[in-house]
Amino acid sequence: MRAETPRPGKLSMRGISKRFGAVRALIDVDLDVRAGEVVAIVGDNGAGKSTLIKVLAGVHPADSGTILFDDAPVTIDDPTDARDLGIATVFQDLALCDNLDVVSNLWLGRELRKGGGLDEVEMEQRSWALMRELSAKIPSVRTPVAELSGGQRQTVAVARSLIGDPSIVILDEPTAALGISQTAEVLNLIERLRERGLGVILISHSIADVQAVADRIVVLRLGRNNGDFRVADVSSETIIAAITGATDVRRRPLRTGTDR
Amino acid sequence: MTDTLRPVQHTGFRASTGEFVSRIRSGDLGALPVVVGLAVIWIVFQALNPTFLSSTNLVNLTMQSAAVGTIAIGIVLVLLLGEIDLSVGSVSGVSSAILAVGWVQAGWPLPVVLVACVAVGALIGVLYGALRTTFGVPSFVITLAGLLGFLGLQLWILGRTGSINLPFDSPVVQFGQQWFLPDWLSYTIVALSCAAFAWSGLSMSRRRRDAGLPAVSYAVVATRAGLLLVGLLLAVWYLNLSRGVGVMFLFFVALVVAAHLALTRTAWGRSVFAVGGNVEAARRAGIRTGRVYVSVFALCSALAATGGILATARLAAANQGSGGADLNLNAIAAAVIGGTSLFGGRGSAFSALLGVLVIMSISLGFTLLNLDSSVRYMVTGAVLVLAVVIDSLSRKTRAAAGRA
Repeated sequence: MRAETPRPGKLSMRGISKRFGAVRALIDVDLDVRAGEVVAIVGDNGAGKSTLIKVLAGVHPADSGTILFDDAPVTIDDPTDARDLGIATVFQDLALCDNLDVVSNLWLGRELRKGGGLDEVEMEQRSWALMRELSAKIPSVRTPVAELSGGQRQTVAVARSLIGDPSIVILDEPTAALGISQTAEVLNLIERLRERGLGVILISHSIADVQAVADRIVVLRLGRNNGDFRVADVSSETIIAAITGATDVRRRPLRTGTDR
Repeated sequence: MTDTLRPVQHTGFRASTGEFVSRIRSGDLGALPVVVGLAVIWIVFQALNPTFLSSTNLVNLTMQSAAVGTIAIGIVLVLLLGEIDLSVGSVSGVSSAILAVGWVQAGWPLPVVLVACVAVGALIGVLYGALRTTFGVPSFVITLAGLLGFLGLQLWILGRTGSINLPFDSPVVQFGQQWFLPDWLSYTIVALSCAAFAWSGLSMSRRRRDAGLPAVSYAVVATRAGLLLVGLLLAVWYLNLSRGVGVMFLFFVALVVAAHLALTRTAWGRSVFAVGGNVEAARRAGIRTGRVYVSVFALCSALAATGGILATARLAAANQGSGGADLNLNAIAAAVIGGTSLFGGRGSAFSALLGVLVIMSISLGFTLLNLDSSVRYMVTGAVLVLAVVIDSLSRKTRAAAGRA
């Protein structure tokens, strides 16, 4: 089920820095995502995970650093830039309209038209196709979103991000509020995205989830890179050590004497 | 895995009724409470006064409902956004004053005056929408200010005269009081509407079936159209026993149907429901929420102005009390009683029609019983509270059934 359209093979972020007033949220951070690869960003609270993806989503432009698509520099100043580059973000709150059904939510803001009205048949057909492709377990695409479980809602939110045919999908804590079987559902969904040839950036607190689904794990600590592992080669102890700072895998010596 | 997600084919009678029952059980009541309520009210009043359900009285009911109902359509729109417009009464009063002063006193051509009335209404709505989106002031406060301000404008336009009568033989007053459809035309309109309903249902069913989507069977579509035809024919036949179907009432019903189609079949309608459901989600989906607010407030005030014209036509006069008294609250109550949620994102244009029939039935019923307005106000208030309680309860049931 590989994607038919050629997509950029690689997204790179180089030397990204971002400060909020006196707080240096990101310091010289690098990140690479290739097509068909799931990259997990892990780190403790305040490590800069959310800030990093917000830079990529165009919510907060970076202060310095470059973003490259297939080695060509691009600028992302606002969410529209990100969308035009094919970067879709599913934020933690999902931003779904509970009173509308799945089809309406998927196509919200870019409804297909026919004559003067909506082309409900075409939208519904393509929604079924998309849901099947994602192996989603949803009773019907005409179900109001309010009736869906947390995992199903996550699926709808992810499916909606795919409507614009992106090349990179960013998922912010997709399993944070979910139970065991629903988490499995979402992890399955992430594998479907990889099969479609998308680059997936996954933010998560759960080491188990990350190990189950990711190809690479990028650790952030206090706003800096603190390790980049292939999942196959690394144990959870090593990852936790990198997150907590027990091992310091930074490439450069500390600029100050302390760990701050 | 794919077998978990295949559209169910051909939905027949049993599936249709089953779905209806399960929707009601989970608190998605729709129009059910108001239809039951209307039946109860009619039965009670008929028991108290046998003339209540007479053809003459029901014709009166339809003619009384047109003005308030038209205003209530606008209220339905703002309620769908989760907003409110408290100034519809004053805006309809301004429109009524412009009509009387511009046409009767200044002698402007009638079409110009009518367009001016509706345009002023729309402008007022644009102002509300702009204030709401630019400064984020709650619509409750903006429109409360509008209620006072535009009452002042109405009095200013009317000037010292205070009350202006419209010539009785003018088309406006004829429209409001005297124009009824000939029997053959009323039956033709019923037949054509039902044919359009059936055709749209059948072609949708066919398109969905061709696309491999679940579709209601032709039999169900035909039955629905047949029931609609029988119901409407009975209603029209009964009204035709006396004066018949008023042109003004037909105008109101046409507005309801137009609003219903705009809400359910267009991207604009979808965006209204989306903003009412979750404004942040709508914004992130790329909907220009500011435009939605402005368009809805403009439509609401324009409909209020139209309602003002209808009320003036019915009364054949504009005065300082036009649009005052209970018109404002009746229009808001009608929308809520009709089943449009105060919490936004849920409702239908038809709630304006059903709600206004309830309000006006109570009003006419007490008039027939020679009870003064004290009782009428108290009963209308109680019905409104009941409607809001049903709205809140069904919201809770929906939450419990996971349909919040």
